[in-house]
Amino acid sequence: MNQINRLEGGQIDRARRLKFTFDGKSYHGHPGDTLASALLANGVRLMGRSFKYHRPRGPLAVGSEEPNALVELRSGARCEPNTRATTAELFDGLWAKSQNRWPSLAFDALAINDRLSNFLTAGFYYKTFMWPAAFWEKVYEPIIRKAAGLGALSLHEDPDAYDKGYRHCDLLIIGGGPAGLAAALTAGRSGAEVILADEDFAFGGRLNSETLTLDDAPALDWVQRTVAELSGLPNVRLMPRTTVMGAFDHGIYGAIERVSDHLPAPLPGKPRQILWRIYTKRTLLCAGATERPIAFENNDRPGIMLAGAIRSYANRYAATPAQRIAIFTNNDDGHRTAADLHAKGVRIAAVVDTRADAPSSMDYEVLKGAQVIDSKGRLGLTFVEVRQADGGLRTLECGALGVSGGWNPNVHLTCHHRGRPVWDAGLSAFIPGADLPPGMTVAGAASGLFSTHGALMSGAQSALAALDLETALPDLPRAEDAPASQTPFWFVEGCSRAWLDQQNDVTVKDIKLAHQEGFRSVEHLKRYTTLGMATDQGKTSNIGGLAIMAELAGKSIPEVGTTIYRPPYTPVAIGTMAGRIRGMEFHPTRLTPSHYWAKERGAVFIEVGNWLRAQWFPLPGETHWRQSVDREVLATRASVGVCDCTTLGKIDVQGTDAAAFLNMVYCNAFAKLEVGKTRYGLMLREDGMVMDDGTAARLAPDHFVVTTTTANAAKVYQHMEFVRQCLCPDMDVQLISTTEAWAQYAIAGPNSRKLLQKIVDPSFDISNEAFPFMACGTITVCGGLRARLFRISFSGELAFELAVPARYGDALMRRLMAEGEEFNVTPYGTEALGVMRIEKGHAAGNELNGTTTALNLGLGQMVSKTKDSIGAVLSRRAGLNQPDALRLVGLRPVNPADKITAGGHLMAADGPVDAAHDQGYVTSAAFSPTLGHMIGLCLLKNGGNRMGEALRLVSPVTKLTVEVEVVSAHFVDPEGVRPRA
Amino acid sequence: MHDLSPITALGGPEPRVDMIGAMTLSENPGLALASVTARLGQVDACRLHLAQLLNGDVPGPGKARLHDPEAAFWMGPDQWMVSAPFASHEDLATQLKARFGDAASVIEQTDGWVCFDLRGDRIEAVMELLCAINIRTMQPGDAIRTVIHHLGCFVIRKDPATWVRILGPRASAGSLHHALVTAMTATA
Repeated sequence: MNQINRLEGGQIDRARRLKFTFDGKSYHGHPGDTLASALLANGVRLMGRSFKYHRPRGPLAVGSEEPNALVELRSGARCEPNTRATTAELFDGLWAKSQNRWPSLAFDALAINDRLSNFLTAGFYYKTFMWPAAFWEKVYEPIIRKAAGLGALSLHEDPDAYDKGYRHCDLLIIGGGPAGLAAALTAGRSGAEVILADEDFAFGGRLNSETLTLDDAPALDWVQRTVAELSGLPNVRLMPRTTVMGAFDHGIYGAIERVSDHLPAPLPGKPRQILWRIYTKRTLLCAGATERPIAFENNDRPGIMLAGAIRSYANRYAATPAQRIAIFTNNDDGHRTAADLHAKGVRIAAVVDTRADAPSSMDYEVLKGAQVIDSKGRLGLTFVEVRQADGGLRTLECGALGVSGGWNPNVHLTCHHRGRPVWDAGLSAFIPGADLPPGMTVAGAASGLFSTHGALMSGAQSALAALDLETALPDLPRAEDAPASQTPFWFVEGCSRAWLDQQNDVTVKDIKLAHQEGFRSVEHLKRYTTLGMATDQGKTSNIGGLAIMAELAGKSIPEVGTTIYRPPYTPVAIGTMAGRIRGMEFHPTRLTPSHYWAKERGAVFIEVGNWLRAQWFPLPGETHWRQSVDREVLATRASVGVCDCTTLGKIDVQGTDAAAFLNMVYCNAFAKLEVGKTRYGLMLREDGMVMDDGTAARLAPDHFVVTTTTANAAKVYQHMEFVRQCLCPDMDVQLISTTEAWAQYAIAGPNSRKLLQKIVDPSFDISNEAFPFMACGTITVCGGLRARLFRISFSGELAFELAVPARYGDALMRRLMAEGEEFNVTPYGTEALGVMRIEKGHAAGNELNGTTTALNLGLGQMVSKTKDSIGAVLSRRAGLNQPDALRLVGLRPVNPADKITAGGHLMAADGPVDAAHDQGYVTSAAFSPTLGHMIGLCLLKNGGNRMGEALRLVSPVTKLTVEVEVVSAHFVDPEGVRPRA
Repeated sequence: MHDLSPITALGGPEPRVDMIGAMTLSENPGLALASVTARLGQVDACRLHLAQLLNGDVPGPGKARLHDPEAAFWMGPDQWMVSAPFASHEDLATQLKARFGDAASVIEQTDGWVCFDLRGDRIEAVMELLCAINIRTMQPGDAIRTVIHHLGCFVIRKDPATWVRILGPRASAGSLHHALVTAMTATA
């Protein structure tokens, strides 16, 4: 189609043609166009359907305030609904589709809603669909959602990448219009670190849309010179296509940079958008102003637009919505639009000015003291009806109507810290109040200075003030300085179906109804009518609603007040919140030193926190995980197994008070632990509950190495640092986590010593006599590599833990496997580790679950009464020491074929099964290949005195009932002979 | 001399090098690290030893002392990380303990960290995508602790200023490397 409404001039590159598609039809535009401007140039005014009534809609505005022209942009997984055509930059191959209509935009069956408008008033869904109640969720709501709404999600995973980033500056300037550019020039020349962000792809703000001159030259000349100078300043960063969407705490602003939205798809490796967190010392808001409409009957037809928007389309984009346009205004700015359009060759049907003293024109007719009272046109404007000053009616033929009710400063970001704007009676508009976010000042139209001269001067002066500079202002160009005065005119008397919020289909009638029904607070009004709650956040509608509310309540607009503006300023893609933190990179992964070796062995891995641990090592022919795990357990108990236990937390504790410090954090005694010995330690919380367990090995009088559970490594370290810094600042003790510095392997089984003796250098004697159970020491292995050896056992077997610097962990594991061949050495994973510790009756994370005490775990005697330690006093609370307190005991099924499941609860052999008769619960369960049946650890009331008792293990959720017998938790080697062998 | 072959934090026998655009990211396993923490009442003695070791000022908060063979950066109150070439100082902690005696607690940190050296004209843009530090105001010799991809890291601006060193937790070297390469690609 020809670009029938393309005008001369503009800032488009006519040398290049861009092909695009809207609703399956091909069009052409040029670089510099938006989708909306290109469609208008091609004679397309109808771009969408309204939210509720499915009324035909075209663009109202030219920027991010647009409520109507929302489209689905791109296809497939990249399809993004609710994209404003007014801000979507045109690119070759752009594909867009209208939304919220069926079967087509021109013929939308759901436009029947408009005929039913008497039933679909504000809050209609609160009053209808009341019964039957069950229908609401399953019937009514789905139907309403289908009938009303915006675009649809693609339901595909977003294929694009998003980044998050951080920038710092002395001055953040929000908005690159005349005020922002003058401010950036002033601040930039001073050497300050400046960021200038603008949501548009071109700096200049309204100067791009005007025919104004600066220093008798086109304003764009100054814009281009200024941007060129700023681009050359290393301390100034220009961020076009960047919307500052929120003012957050401590001088932090959120900004969305649309890196690739103007391209068909992001370049490889590049993000689509970046969410910047900007840390700034000072902020200058130069966000400009938004034109406000005037409400009149049927004021929402395609072609009825803000007058300033029509001017912008004509001057910047060389596009017009029609060849014959009328203007409806209450201020001089509407006349500027008429003059510019006339100069471009667009016929002006008339300027309808509500003021009796409106200026006249030689070029077109001005209807003074007149009002537009209605419009006509099925899918686009064809006529407007005017009530003239004398009361006579007149019909004007026009394809578009530019409406100007004045301008509202964009105060949105000034309110993000609950600041309230104040009413300026001269402008009849809200301007920024005094309670701005700390460090923020406002300049230009955003502060209520609507002249170009005012914008330039206030921008420069505000920059000087913000940076506390005493330098002279830069030479600013001469510019128009017309005084701004706006006489309020919000709506035409007698109108009813006059749209205030075009995106949410809120009319004057809805506001009146809400008021009639008692919704007097502006916040209540908003929520009842949904005024200002759409994706445009009411940028063009809120003030009109307030004005009507004020009139109905007999109050002034400032007495009615405004609702609170909140971030984001414009809609934000959720992908930017995630950035690259998605999928497999949702959190960092920690790999053990033997990871690559384990992977070669075909290990199955499991996530344990951020760690990837080998769960088991399947061999050929093993088809079920149990086969692998049973084999690993039996092989370890029969000969020797090796397990990577690097993930256990390791905290290096040094200082002359190291022993006294551990005596404080562990409930059992550590002060007299000999050098070269390791001790099991139990750590309590302040409230007396068990926090964690582990070991502490004394390598020197002033040097311990503490181990923690994998899960609690960070928490225990944090706790110990708190104790060191806050509770025991007078102790000489230093802590550092060394978890990742050392590769640590458990070598367990009756042949573990024999295997180790092939690795440990001969000068170190690790015989039972020289290196007994719970010994520790610094040794060398494999011909001189420094290492640490601990004779500790989690499996219940003769066992050691050997640590070497992490870089040698891979080689050490391979060496252990090679040297262990003669013993049929078996690597084992976390499953076998778990089975063996259950067989041995060792408590682990399932038992240290935050609700257990030392007494519960059968470790009550460990809480020393001869010293003070964290949690010791509160562990003695009577409530924690009742005779029937839970005790850790073992369970075996009476029928060996039965299952024991963790989480099941214990009930008496007979009687009711309910919470009142609960006897305890199973914390851990496993199949014991050693015993040939399942076993479990449980916390049972008075469990220590109930050995041999028959109970029922029940799980109402899984409908499990199993007869079990209470036994010792130590299923294997209850005397503890093996680890001491 | 032992006969175990080390692997790098990224799991290879040799350090990995990534060249993206005009930037280079090099895994650097050739760094021995040890933390030095002054013991209670021994701050002056500890600083004296450190000053002699570094042949100059002891780095304060946010600072590093770039010196050969030993260098250091501030980690926390009365706490520094000392580095030296691994080839000649694998036993750095032992050497330092011998020098500092009871004035400081010395802990081997060599394999607690992965070290990446990022070089190129666009390092500031890369770092801005990675962490909240103000890289543009960091001068050679500045060192700061920050979070990259949820990982606690140290960033040291080296000399020349087109070089930053990033120390991150060794076990998460792959994740950190992924984050760095992704940011490099995004800014190349």
